[in-house]
Amino acid sequence: MKNKYSIFSLIKNAFSYHENWQRAWRDPEPKKTYDAVIVGGGGHGLATAYYLAKEHNLKNIAVVEKGWIGGGNTGRNTTIIRSNYLWDASAAMYDHALKLWEGLSQELNYNVMFSQRGVMNLAHNLHDVRELKRRTHANRLNGIDCEWLSTEEVKKFCSIINCSPDIRYPVLGSTLQRRAGTARHDAVAWGYARGADSMGVDIIQNCEVKGIKRKGDSVEGIETTKGFIKTSKIGIVAAGHSSVLANMAGIKLPLESKPLQALVSEPIKPIIDTVVMSNAVHAYVSQSDKGELVIGAGTDAYISYTQKGTHEVVEGTLKAILELYPIFSRLRMLRQWGGVVDICPDASPIISKTSIKGLYFNCGWGTGGFKATPGSGNLFAHTIAKDEPHKLNAAFNINRFVSGDLVDEHGAAAVAH
Amino acid sequence: MFIIKCPYCGERDHSEFSYGGEAHIVRPKQPTELSDDQWAEYLFMRKNIKGLQYERWNHAHGCRQWFNVGRDTSNDKIHFVYKMGESPPK
Repeated sequence: MKNKYSIFSLIKNAFSYHENWQRAWRDPEPKKTYDAVIVGGGGHGLATAYYLAKEHNLKNIAVVEKGWIGGGNTGRNTTIIRSNYLWDASAAMYDHALKLWEGLSQELNYNVMFSQRGVMNLAHNLHDVRELKRRTHANRLNGIDCEWLSTEEVKKFCSIINCSPDIRYPVLGSTLQRRAGTARHDAVAWGYARGADSMGVDIIQNCEVKGIKRKGDSVEGIETTKGFIKTSKIGIVAAGHSSVLANMAGIKLPLESKPLQALVSEPIKPIIDTVVMSNAVHAYVSQSDKGELVIGAGTDAYISYTQKGTHEVVEGTLKAILELYPIFSRLRMLRQWGGVVDICPDASPIISKTSIKGLYFNCGWGTGGFKATPGSGNLFAHTIAKDEPHKLNAAFNINRFVSGDLVDEHGAAAVAH
Repeated sequence: MFIIKCPYCGERDHSEFSYGGEAHIVRPKQPTELSDDQWAEYLFMRKNIKGLQYERWNHAHGCRQWFNVGRDTSNDKIHFVYKMGESPPK
């Protein structure tokens, strides 16, 4: 890496009032031909390009992005990272990602502010208790750290939660994954972009894909707003717009795109030093380093590409938050936004080849893709480079909707993930 | 957020309605003769259109009738509403 960030570069630049930092990645015009083109410059797409260059020795790679990098769902999520999924295939894949997170700042020489502050999943009824205890055992059998906390232990671990037995949905216990936590969303995109760029990957922003050119059963290239780009391998990582790109290639995906909302409060002093999720009442909350409470709401029921959701969803989430944390009752909300998420019928992603040679899809992450960013890129790069899945993403192929071998995490992994 | 004009009750807030997904997906007449691919197509594969979509809604907190809606999913604008069994207006 040309400009390695270190304590010395920080001191050196302090002498020139931080006015001489070099830009972290180039802004190139597209070449006529690439060995592989990644469509979508979010965290997953940039990570894919990074690992293609680093682990698979492909050098002539482009990432095309219709807006700016990290400006889609990478910049619109609640940054929660965990791997406590029920099924073996999911647990292995998400824990692969979590292990990559643990070394990511060093790997990228970029502080992604990964903070293992723990993630709790609260239980509010007998069924929740049974399901979450089952998940705790399943996680431990898969080598993933997970503990069960009683109501008293919940109160001790996060004292602002209302543990009174008199509330509508009382807290009957919780799971806790201590290795889980949060990271800085922008830093992940920027870190991967900088890393990929330094290995020669062209990151082309403001370049929208308008068509996918096929010759028979293989791909020839993409039509973009910056002209035609020839390539024999196209990896599509376009989140909510995956179906739009699939339609261009003439295939259908089992996805529905819906708005998912999140909001932040005005900044306050440190009050919550972990992440608390509650599936039964659909509320989750953590606190950013700036002091804002970061609150995740739910999706709307209908398909929409508008990046805004309905007021009812926000209201429902805030009602639940206020019952669980009466201390927040006088807080004001600062910002609210929506992202378009592509949801699979089984709430698991697709990292897969398709029926068209050279066309690969990484999609269907639904409401919980951020946590998987490094693992998703790593496994997708393997799938593109070798033209076959890594053993960790073999179960996440597109053919599972035909074979019936689904990875059904809808009820299993927590609604909000 | 938008208002839906129920063909039976008139204009109401969308929160009174339940969404029923893509319209005009017909259940196969001979289910036993379907291949796995055809089942996958029927059960899971969706157009997920960005633009004008034909979809079903149910006036769940009203007359409880099902009907069809033509809505632009890129801006949530509703272009037309038509009853079950009718073909979409051109």
